[in-house]
Amino acid sequence: MMYYSRIKLLSVAAVCLLGALLCVPNFVRKPAASIPWPEIHLGLDLRGGSYLLLQVDLSSLTRDRLQSLSDSLRQSLISANLGYRNIAINPDRAEITFQPRDPSEKDRDLKVLDDLPRTVPNEFSVTTRPDDTIAITLDSGAMRVRTHDAVSQAIEIVRRRIDATGAVDPQITRQGEDRIVVELPGISDPERVKALLGTTAKMTFRLVDELPPGTPIAPPGDTLLPSTDHPGSMLAVRNHVDVDGVNLTNAGATTDDQTGGWAVSFSLDSVGTRAFGDVTQANVGRRFAIVLDNKVIEAPVIRTAITGGSGIITGNFDAHQATDLALLLRAGALPVPLTVVEERSIGPSLGADSIRAGALSLLIGFVLVIIFMALFYGRFGWYANVALFANLVLMLAILSLFGATLTLPGMAGMLLTLGMAVDANILIIERIREELKRGRTPLAAMQAGFERATATVLDSNATAFLAHVMLFVFGTGPVRGFALTITIGIATTLFSTLLLSRMLMVRWYALTRPSTLPV
Amino acid sequence: MFGRPLLRFVRKDTHINFMRGRFAGLATSAVLSLASVILFFHPGLTLGLDFRGGIVVEAKTSGPADFGRIRTALTAHNIKTDGVQAFGGPDDVLIRLGANEQTNTNAVVDEVRHAIAEAQPGATIVRADAVGASVSSELFRNGLLALGISLLMILGYIWFRFEWEFALSAVVTLVLDLTKTVGFLVLTHFEFDLVMVAAILTILGYSTNDKVVVYDRIRENLRRYRTMPLRELLDLSINETLSRTLGTSTTVFLAALPLAFFGGASLSGFAWVMLFGIVVGTSSSIFIAAPLLLLLGEKRLRKDTRPAVKQEI
Repeated sequence: MMYYSRIKLLSVAAVCLLGALLCVPNFVRKPAASIPWPEIHLGLDLRGGSYLLLQVDLSSLTRDRLQSLSDSLRQSLISANLGYRNIAINPDRAEITFQPRDPSEKDRDLKVLDDLPRTVPNEFSVTTRPDDTIAITLDSGAMRVRTHDAVSQAIEIVRRRIDATGAVDPQITRQGEDRIVVELPGISDPERVKALLGTTAKMTFRLVDELPPGTPIAPPGDTLLPSTDHPGSMLAVRNHVDVDGVNLTNAGATTDDQTGGWAVSFSLDSVGTRAFGDVTQANVGRRFAIVLDNKVIEAPVIRTAITGGSGIITGNFDAHQATDLALLLRAGALPVPLTVVEERSIGPSLGADSIRAGALSLLIGFVLVIIFMALFYGRFGWYANVALFANLVLMLAILSLFGATLTLPGMAGMLLTLGMAVDANILIIERIREELKRGRTPLAAMQAGFERATATVLDSNATAFLAHVMLFVFGTGPVRGFALTITIGIATTLFSTLLLSRMLMVRWYALTRPSTLPV
Repeated sequence: MFGRPLLRFVRKDTHINFMRGRFAGLATSAVLSLASVILFFHPGLTLGLDFRGGIVVEAKTSGPADFGRIRTALTAHNIKTDGVQAFGGPDDVLIRLGANEQTNTNAVVDEVRHAIAEAQPGATIVRADAVGASVSSELFRNGLLALGISLLMILGYIWFRFEWEFALSAVVTLVLDLTKTVGFLVLTHFEFDLVMVAAILTILGYSTNDKVVVYDRIRENLRRYRTMPLRELLDLSINETLSRTLGTSTTVFLAALPLAFFGGASLSGFAWVMLFGIVVGTSSSIFIAAPLLLLLGEKRLRKDTRPAVKQEI
C-alpha cells in the first residue's frame, strides 16, 4: 500500500509524459501532410462555419416509385393487350390498385404483374381483393433497403456538389434514418450551398404534346408542367422519359453563340446518345422539353436529328445560374429531395471571441482552484494541484488522440471536470485528517484515508459517469461534446487522483518520514 | 502555503444538530419547489431557439446600428419579425423570427441576410441559427428523455450500491433540486435550450456526487455504530463530511465563477445555472436528502442488530 514499486512509478510517469507528448500537436504547426498529427479539432462554434441538418423526403421516394411502377404497369398491360380500369395510386398505403377490364383476364393480368421489373428482390406483393381489384403493395422491408440506399446515394451526391463549390474540409454524415448533417467550416454564409442542396436536379428530356391554349387538364400519359422560360405558361409534357439525366457524362457553363447569353453544354454517354438520336430523328418538327425538377427549362423545336450526343441548354441563365446548373448536372441528381431543417452559422469573429472567452475563463478558474487548494490544504493541496494539471494535460491528450472536436460546451465540461477532480483529492485529504483526529499514526492515517476515500471516489464517479454516458447517447451536437469531455475527464480524474497525487503523497512520506502530517 | 494549510472551513470537530431543522428544511424546499412548479406553468420557461424553433440572426454593423432602416428593409422583404433589438454594443443587432410551419425557414434566413446587407452596407452576420418546428420538438423530446433516463440510471445505481431508501431519497431530492433550477430559469429569463439541458444534467451529476459521498459515510457509520439511533448517526455523518462538502462545493463554484463573468453570451447562462445548482445541490445533501432518509429509514435501517446494509458487492 505505502510502497510503490519502481515499475509502477515509471509507468505513471510514462503515462504523464505520453500525455504531454500527445498534447504537443495542438500547439505546433503540422510539419508535413504525411505525418499523422492527432490534434483536437475546433468545433464550428469556435472557428466559425455552418452546420446544416438536411431532412430526406422519404415519402417522395414511395410516391416516385409508385408513379413509375404504375407507368410500367400501364405500358405492360397495353402491350399485352389487356384492358384495365381505375388505376389508382395510394401513397399512404404504398399501393397501386386497378381493376381488370374483364374478371376472366385476371390470371393474365397477374402474369404481367409478375414480370414487372423489381428494383430489389420482393419489392412488392400482389393481392386480389374480393371485388376483383388487384392491388400492388410495396413491401416495407424492401422500402427500408431502398431508403437506406437512397440516403447513402444522397450523401454521395451532396458530397460531390459541396466539393465542387470548393468548400474546405466539409463533414458530411448520416444522422438517424433520414437525416444528413453537413458541416462547413469557414463558411458562415451557406446560401449558395443551401440552394445547391435544395435542388434535386433531376433532368429529363421528354416530348411535348401541343394542346390548344387554355386546356385545363393534361391528356392521359401527360403532365402539365410550368415553364421557367415563359413564366405562367404550362406545357403538356409526356410522362415517358426519352432521355434521362443519368446518361449525362459532362456539363459545363458556356455562352450561346446566337444570343450571346449564358448556356449550359452537356454531353451524353453512348446509351443517351443513341436514345437522343432516335427520338430526335423520329420527331423532327415537334418540341422536345428539357425538364429539371418538374419545371420545363426550355422546349426547343427539333430541327434535325441530333446524333452527336451533345447539345446546349439555353434558357434565361446568368453566369452564376449556368455555372451552378452545370455543377448540379455533373454531380448527378439526388435520389430524394432534401430540405434544410436546421441551420446554424457562426461568423469567424464570434468563434474567435468565444474561444478567447472560454480559454480565459478556463485559466482564471484553474488559478482560483489552485490558490484555494494551496490555502486550504497546504502541501497535500499542492500535490492535488500537480494532479490537476496532469489531469488537464491527459484530457487534452485523449481528446487529441480521438481527434475529438472541441466545442464551447466542451470547454465548460473541461472546467467542470477540473472542479470535480479536486473533489477526489479533497476526499482523500479530509479523510486523512479525520483518521489523524481519531488518533492514528501518520502512516496508518494515510493508509486508512486512501483506502476509504477510494471507495467513495469510485462510487461518486461511477454515478457521474453513468449520467454523462446517457447524455452522450441521447444528446446531439454541442451537448454530446460536453458529455464526451466529462466522460473522458472522469477517466483521467481517476488516474490522476488515485495514482498520481496519491503516489506523490506517499513518495513524500517515504522520503521524509515526518512525525506529523501537514494537513 | 507549501507546508501546512493556512485556512480551514470548520474548526476541528463540529457537532451541528442538522436533523433538528429537518422539518424546516423539508418545508422550505417543498414551498420553493412548489413555487417553481407554478412558475413553470405561469409564466413558464423562456424557450430558446433549440426548443422553440425559429430564426435568430445576430449582426454587427459598421458604425452604430440604424434600427429604423433595418426594420424598413425587413418589411420591404416581407419578413415579419418578433423583434429587432440591440444587445451588447451599439453596433450589435439581434433579429428574432418565430417558427412558422408554412414558410421555408431557411429561405427566410437568406432573405434576412439580404435585407441587412441592403439596410446597412458593410454589416456582417455574426451568427444565424434556424431551427425548424419539427426539429425543435424532437430536440425537446430528446432533451427531456436524456434528463429522465439519467434520473432513472442514478436511481438504479444508488439502489444497487446502497438500499432503496437511499435511492428514493436521493432521487426525490434531485427532483426537488431540478424543480428549483427550473424556477430559477423562469425568474432569470435565461433561455432554455440544449446547453441548459447540459447544465441541468451537470447539476444532477454534481448533486448526486455530493449525496453519494454523504451516503457512503452513513453506510460506513451504520456498520461502525451498530446501536446508534439513525438520527444521531445522520448528524454525525454530515458533520464528519462537512469539511469535504464545503471544500468541494467551493472549488466547483470557483471553477464555474469565471465562466459566468467572462464566458461570453453563450456560456454565461450555463455558468449561472451551474452556480445556482451547486448551492442548491450542496444544501439539499444536508437539509433534504438526509432528513428524507431519516423519514424513510428510521424503522427499517435500524430495526435490529444485524448489519443493516448489504455487504459490499
